[in-house]
Amino acid sequence: MEKTWNNKAWFMVLPVLVLVAFSAVIPLMTVVNYSVQDTFGNNEFFWAGTDWFIQVLQSDRFWDALTRNLIFSGIILAIEIPLGILIALNMPKTGLGVPVCLVLMSLPLLIPWNVVGTIWQVFGRVDIGLLGYTLDAIGIPYNYVNNVFDAWVTLIVMDIWHWTSLVVLLCYAGLVSIPDAYYQAAKIDGASRWAVFRYIQLPKMKRVLLIAFLLRFMDSFMIYTEPFVVTGGGPGNATTFLSIDLVKTAIGQFDLGPAAALSLIYFLIILLLSWIFYTVMTNSDAQS
Amino acid sequence: MARINLDHIRHAYGPNPTKPSDYSLKEVHHEWNDGGAYALLGPSGCGKTTLLNIISGLLQPSEGKILFDGKDVTNLSTQERNIAQVFQFPVIYDTMTVYDNLAFPLRNRKVPENEVDRRVTEILEMIGLSDRAKKKAQGLTADQKQKISLGRGLVRSDVSAILFDEPLTVIDPHMKWVLRSQLKRLHKQFGFTMVYVTHDQTEALTFADKVVVMYDGEIVQIGTPAELFEKPKHTFVGYFIGSPGMNVLPAKIDGSSVDLDGQKVALSFAPKIAAGAKTELGIRPEFVRLGREGMPVSISKVEDIGRQKIVRATFANRPIAIVVHEDGEIPAAPKITFDPAAINIYADSWRVGGEA
Repeated sequence: MEKTWNNKAWFMVLPVLVLVAFSAVIPLMTVVNYSVQDTFGNNEFFWAGTDWFIQVLQSDRFWDALTRNLIFSGIILAIEIPLGILIALNMPKTGLGVPVCLVLMSLPLLIPWNVVGTIWQVFGRVDIGLLGYTLDAIGIPYNYVNNVFDAWVTLIVMDIWHWTSLVVLLCYAGLVSIPDAYYQAAKIDGASRWAVFRYIQLPKMKRVLLIAFLLRFMDSFMIYTEPFVVTGGGPGNATTFLSIDLVKTAIGQFDLGPAAALSLIYFLIILLLSWIFYTVMTNSDAQS
Repeated sequence: MARINLDHIRHAYGPNPTKPSDYSLKEVHHEWNDGGAYALLGPSGCGKTTLLNIISGLLQPSEGKILFDGKDVTNLSTQERNIAQVFQFPVIYDTMTVYDNLAFPLRNRKVPENEVDRRVTEILEMIGLSDRAKKKAQGLTADQKQKISLGRGLVRSDVSAILFDEPLTVIDPHMKWVLRSQLKRLHKQFGFTMVYVTHDQTEALTFADKVVVMYDGEIVQIGTPAELFEKPKHTFVGYFIGSPGMNVLPAKIDGSSVDLDGQKVALSFAPKIAAGAKTELGIRPEFVRLGREGMPVSISKVEDIGRQKIVRATFANRPIAIVVHEDGEIPAAPKITFDPAAINIYADSWRVGGEA
């Protein structure tokens, strides 16, 4: 059959194209523009080619920050995903407990990120913070301002407090969609609690877990606000993640070229890792 | 396999039941023979699934006892009762192979692996899925999945009974026949005690030796398909079994004569009816003869369903259905007679027999 050609269709996609252009393409291209040129202000630009990229990739600063990012994301994923599943499994399925739990779980997600940072910044202070003061009072040395380990623990606990709920809510949605007949059949088949989890609940949660994993990976890899508010990247550079490093380079030092190059590299890393995770996880799904 | 006794079972979902209407399942007192094939038939919400779940142990009855081979199992869990159940929607373990799905109940019970293999291979053969043993169960069709559900029940050598909860709902019509006859064959061959819940009379009548008809939380009749057809104990059975259902006409009964709004029918017996009871005459459309003699009717519609015609008519100011053979003549001034042997008399909806 002859295909109908109708160029009017372009008008239909035009609004989206304009929106995407302003929200994504144009800003991104501006960054690309900066990343390949050098400027000393006055709107004078000099071609720099791949110099900034090479400079960024050869700097220890970049690799150190990237390592911190990977370690941070790795730790919070390793804690938040299992913890989220565990909490979701223990949430009530019926009755008044359901809305209560759901609201409690949603609360951390509703708090603005810099407020979360401020809460923990104050909470952890040794002089006036409940946590810091208490730990100090019972004789546990704790100071996130000048102890690297304490700073990391604070950031990780804060992230877990803030974001485990997201994993819980997604897993819970996956769990409640399992028909009762599965549990009844498992009972009849004499399945243990572990077998029910392993062969019924986990497979049924697979899709939502993939989403939870990707979201948590991307968000934690891009983390900026909370560590900026709590530690400001310190002590030293101990909690300087790529995002913090980027802002220091771009706004602190006003090195626009290297900052733009770093932005693009950062963006590509997240894109690449997300794509790898997604492919690996969906492939294992397709094989089964 | 076991003989199952339901000893004065009642069940209410709400707490503190007081009046009969609080009970979803009114008193059931019945024995299911070892190796019998039973169908629980009734409309949605009549309590058949409740009864099934009580037998399987997924539900504790509010009152009464359940005995398997004389042993009280009321407080035992489903596992301890050794029941197999097939659900409305196929339940399979997606991530496992067909083989592992069938081995699952045995492995959970710590059966030695060589015994597991022997049983699973046997069951795979029985349900005809041997060639798919190593495939993931996920990609199978609905009827194959349902066979796996069944197989997981059959694989345990010691099951007391196999319960089916409307297992063919999601199966294509042509596969229903195949599966049903396979079930029937398995039953004949291995003699499982089977209880089969359905709201489809064809399914019930073809599957079971004994059909248990339930209505409004109550068992209204237990009988062979023929008994249900010829001597429905309750007007509901008459209406529910058969297509179209039994004609039930309000009747005044005086000795052995029946008055149907002016039309007189003579009975071969004099039913004993308590004073004040609502009396009705029931006759199956198959036993109403259409001809030139008898009582006048006016025909409103004739439905041709192939080998038969269903005549919808008005008789004694009531609608009546008559089944006529495809070549049967429909006269211009139609009159009907009732086959005297096929007349059932009901008092307050329950059958009053002349002979029993």
